[in-house]
Amino acid sequence: MIRGIIIGVLALGVAGTAYWGYQEHREKNAILLNAENNYQRAFHDLTYQMDLLHDKIGTTLAMNSRHSLSPSLVEVWRLTSEAHSDVGQLPLTLLPFNKTEEFLAKIGKFSYRTAVRDLEKEPLSEGEYETLKVLYKQSGDIQNELRKVQHMVLQNNLRWMDVELALASGKEQTDNTIIDGFKTVEKTVSGYDESDFGPTFTNLQKKDDNFKKIKGKTISEKEAISIAKKYMKFDGNAEVKVTENGKGSDYGFYSISIRNKKTGQEGSMDITKKAGYPIWFINHRDVTKQNLSLNDANLKAAAFLKENGYKNLELFESTQYDNTGLFNFVTKENNIRIYPEALKVEVALDNGSIIGFSAEDYLKSFNEAREIEKPVLTSEQARAKVNPNFKVMEERQAVIVNDLNKEVLCYEFLGTIGDDSYRIFINAVDGVEEEVEKLKNAEEVYDEVI
Amino acid sequence: MKKKIVTLTIPILISLCIMPFTFLENNRAFAFSNQVIQQGAVGDDVIELQSRLQYLGFYNKKIDGVFGWSTYWALRNFQYEFGLPIDGLAGTETKAKLVKASKYNKQFVKEQINKGNKFTHYGGVDQNKQSAPQSKAPAKAPAKAPSPKPAAPAPKAAPTKPTAANTPGGFSSNDIQLMANAVYGESRGEPYTGQVAVAAVILNRVNSASFPNTVSGVIFEPGAFTAVADGQIWLTPNATAKKAVLDAINGIDPTGEALYYFNPATATSKWIWSRPQIKRIGKHIFCE
Repeated sequence: MIRGIIIGVLALGVAGTAYWGYQEHREKNAILLNAENNYQRAFHDLTYQMDLLHDKIGTTLAMNSRHSLSPSLVEVWRLTSEAHSDVGQLPLTLLPFNKTEEFLAKIGKFSYRTAVRDLEKEPLSEGEYETLKVLYKQSGDIQNELRKVQHMVLQNNLRWMDVELALASGKEQTDNTIIDGFKTVEKTVSGYDESDFGPTFTNLQKKDDNFKKIKGKTISEKEAISIAKKYMKFDGNAEVKVTENGKGSDYGFYSISIRNKKTGQEGSMDITKKAGYPIWFINHRDVTKQNLSLNDANLKAAAFLKENGYKNLELFESTQYDNTGLFNFVTKENNIRIYPEALKVEVALDNGSIIGFSAEDYLKSFNEAREIEKPVLTSEQARAKVNPNFKVMEERQAVIVNDLNKEVLCYEFLGTIGDDSYRIFINAVDGVEEEVEKLKNAEEVYDEVI
Repeated sequence: MKKKIVTLTIPILISLCIMPFTFLENNRAFAFSNQVIQQGAVGDDVIELQSRLQYLGFYNKKIDGVFGWSTYWALRNFQYEFGLPIDGLAGTETKAKLVKASKYNKQFVKEQINKGNKFTHYGGVDQNKQSAPQSKAPAKAPAKAPSPKPAAPAPKAAPTKPTAANTPGGFSSNDIQLMANAVYGESRGEPYTGQVAVAAVILNRVNSASFPNTVSGVIFEPGAFTAVADGQIWLTPNATAKKAVLDAINGIDPTGEALYYFNPATATSKWIWSRPQIKRIGKHIFCE
């Protein structure tokens, strides 16, 4: 009797476990399939976009009328951006696939730049036409390679989950058709590195002068420490460590890190080897109280900059985040704001000490012998170029870096349209609307509402 | 001996001279604290400033306690109309004029903010008409009020929190939250600089041509971050991670423009070792 019950219970248990296991198994498979399908969609989407892209560049080449050239180039631009986003959804991060992505970004930039300009006034130049032809051929090659991979994937029912596993386990050498296929694509694109994209194209390499404009002698580690001391104000008890930059850096710098176990101070700083300018520093501690107003902190920040020899600066933005104040300064020369030369200072609102500093932009664009063009337009003429609904509240002259990565002199207008505030830059020489920026309103704190 | 008395008396004399003034000062600016309020500021004084400007009809937006552009223009218009120097700063003179010209019903405003009501603070309009309770709040809210009320009359009781917050241009507070999640999941054991560095790498990727162009695209790129793959990204980040993200967005890049980083102790991919290395922060090596 008892035996019968026990057998019954056990049998039920076994059956239950088996059922549960089977359910789990099914659920796991469903999830895996779901993930796999997402990858498959991204991949097939990508090959489809590349097909379209190739065709679209082809039709652009065949076009004669300038009216239809612009929309066609815009279409090319849109396709590159979609293809780019598809690549981002594939598990290829561990596979070197950058060149292909860069190639897509380049086509995008090129088509955008040519599409937005007035092709009636300034038609495609001979060089740009050549570039387009080259792009046509190259996108054809990529399309071809991708199609091969696609064919194999479909033929052999290859799964992207396997790619992900192979990449994650570091066994890339194992024969995996998808990985090999993508490696071939990457190799094909690497060959294009030197292709000439014409003068419109200079701007993809972000203007990065690597602090070339700084002049001065190279400093030693000891000097670097004393500079750090001056900026970060730490005492002798702190542990100081200096390291040089690694080989991968474009410029020489010392990294200094400070740890004071007693006061809990934790700071780090990078200093250029040449002339010893601080690139940035963080002097981290918890700031839990506010004793100073933002305005007091502003004065502290300005005094700090003055004390360290930064000249002709003007505050252009101040913001309070919890108990810290962030101040953005720019150079002001002959009443003209130089926006590329920006410095950021972060002040703790409990005791007014400087807890953060960033001068990267400033060092990159700093130029003592900057030649500012003379404005051709008067301020009234420039004002006539802005939207008539725009109510100008403030105006000044300013130098900004425009889309083509050139420094240009502009009239800056601050004002409102309806409820929103805008900053508008009008080129002071040719009256082009260089930049329109919508100024951000404070964002509602959502959890406070409930 | 005599010298000592002199040195002692002088400070006392000075303080005696100053004292009446400070009392006066306190009396006059009994409303605002004596800070100069400037753009970007947050807090009680800003709430008062916005309320007073709204009372006079200069400020028409929500009273949220953040000195943004709308408040700035309202203040400048006020300064223009009242013949003050137009600098967009609420200094002593501006504040005094403002206090003289307007009324501020502190209790009303604070109560509305604490309850999360929609409200305005215009002069010459019946207060009951200026507040609309949040649909969620029960209609008989006054009955419940006693608990916050005793705190209100006390002069420096728990300050009302502004109902909005500053966020850096181009990022919503949800973007910041998402980045803080990633930073916390990836580097919570790291020194502060190391956390800023991880946030900076995310931003460098957003700006790079070889990666997706959005914060979410970069973070959720398959295989890009281990914290995303193993779900640690969904841990609740602490305030430090969020601060680190803000620092990175505000331009501090401790990595020297790195696009990759890895932990040499756990890295499985050989390829990552072939990247040119820039520097090491904490346990992570950052590379191009």
